[in-house]
Amino acid sequence: MGRRVGIVGVGQTHHASHRLDASGMELIAEAVTRALDDAQITRDEIDAIVIGNMDHFENINYVDMWAVEGLGAFMKPVFKVTTGGTTGTTIAACAFYHVASGLFDRVLAVGWEKNSESDTQAAIATCANPVLERDPFAGAIGPLATEYSMYMKAYGATEEDAALVAVRDRNNALNNPYAHNRMKVTVEDVMNSPMLSYPIKFLDMCPRSDGACAVIFASEEYAKKMCPRPAWVHASVVRHDYTHFGDLEWQWMPTLERASAEAYKKAGITNPLKEFDVAELYLPASTTGVKWMDSLWFCERGEAPKLIRKGVFEMDGELPINPSGGVISTNPIGATGLIRVGEAAWQIMGKAGDRQVPNVRKALATGFGGCSWSDVMILGADLP
Amino acid sequence: MSDWKEEVEEVVFPGKICVPYTWTVGSTMSKWYVLMRDEGQIWANRCPSCGKVYIPPKAKCLECYRDVNDWVRLPGTGTVETFTVVHYEEPSMHPKKPPFAYGIIRMDGADTGFVHLIDEIEPEKIKVGMRVEAVMSEERSGNILDIKYFRPID
Repeated sequence: MGRRVGIVGVGQTHHASHRLDASGMELIAEAVTRALDDAQITRDEIDAIVIGNMDHFENINYVDMWAVEGLGAFMKPVFKVTTGGTTGTTIAACAFYHVASGLFDRVLAVGWEKNSESDTQAAIATCANPVLERDPFAGAIGPLATEYSMYMKAYGATEEDAALVAVRDRNNALNNPYAHNRMKVTVEDVMNSPMLSYPIKFLDMCPRSDGACAVIFASEEYAKKMCPRPAWVHASVVRHDYTHFGDLEWQWMPTLERASAEAYKKAGITNPLKEFDVAELYLPASTTGVKWMDSLWFCERGEAPKLIRKGVFEMDGELPINPSGGVISTNPIGATGLIRVGEAAWQIMGKAGDRQVPNVRKALATGFGGCSWSDVMILGADLP
Repeated sequence: MSDWKEEVEEVVFPGKICVPYTWTVGSTMSKWYVLMRDEGQIWANRCPSCGKVYIPPKAKCLECYRDVNDWVRLPGTGTVETFTVVHYEEPSMHPKKPPFAYGIIRMDGADTGFVHLIDEIEPEKIKVGMRVEAVMSEERSGNILDIKYFRPID
């Protein structure tokens, strides 16, 4: 089981499409400085650091070497973790393992990306098998579009259902000063935006951002001393499946189903829709904000469109999703998953500013990436 | 070990990944490069807490994690701490044809070593402890080769 672990500090950069004022190292320094300030500690009180980003994205690979200055990692143990889109949540899981193991008391988790430095789609295509899939099925948009086509056909979901999710997340971002895209949009705006890959349109899809996020994990003993209201980790679960894109189940999301079921079991959650007060979900396109609600056990398979149309996941609904504006508003890819964890922690800690949901006791954070992989972390105000 | 060749036809796909990149220099280094490009000057910066002088400049002190904001101009002279003479050819990477020399120079007024080329001397005559000075390029465009190389003095 390991030791109890709490989140005691969170920091993030102001995200943008091009942060030309800051190098990758300086973005990292900005997030780390803010997380240390949030926890009211100095770098001397950090025992180990976990950092990650996407392979190939900046063509400068040893971030655990050249970012030492910004990380405050001089003469400390540093571990690099990279698992594709899930990198940010895997960094959080890895930092949690460090503390839960009993080997480290205070661990700094850092995710970052400088998408402005490369061609994101060209870089991301390097994850696909070069002798088989890179030509016919690569990139981030196509596979997501393909899975929603199947979901629409199977359950009668519509493009408008996805547009409702896009409108929710994008308008939520207006309350988040760190968000990259902050624009008021309507369903009509989304439906009229340029088609990227049927049925995904421009305003359905995440941007590419420059940014970084840092989250500090501490053991129970330290967390109680350091923080009046830590966000306790109740469960952290990771599931991978891929062998070949054609092998995957596309009508639902097996890794998310299995990871969330295991996490709910660990955290004693039996009715996730009722028991969670807020969720920060890695939804790379608005379509996933429809389809994956089934896979998080909020409803029976195929029932998600009804919940979306009823406004269950709006800020004033039963379970607000993505008060931050989510991934379609902000996407510095190696940081994106960690931002979910950090935002969920701030919701528990009562530090979420204008996007705060009142009285959050339990929060859900997820990561998506690699090839349909899922990470799930559950945070709570009470000791697990 | 060779019998598999009778049964397996070797199929190898050639590939070339074409991903264009740009790298943001950032606030700290852009100030340094602009001073070098526009003024032909070499600057360092000093940690306000421990006083360590860094060249190239740092955004954060490695030891103190303080913002390093105090800028100091260096005279451009220094001492060779270590060096090598390159004899192999690597045209895609090296700035010039071999043989040429590079090393680490402890600049006067700085507490860290600075990596650069050493020239205007026959390679076999370069010595550790030798005094050198920076030679600026006449055409400067804001990169590390705005310092053309270091050459011996005295």
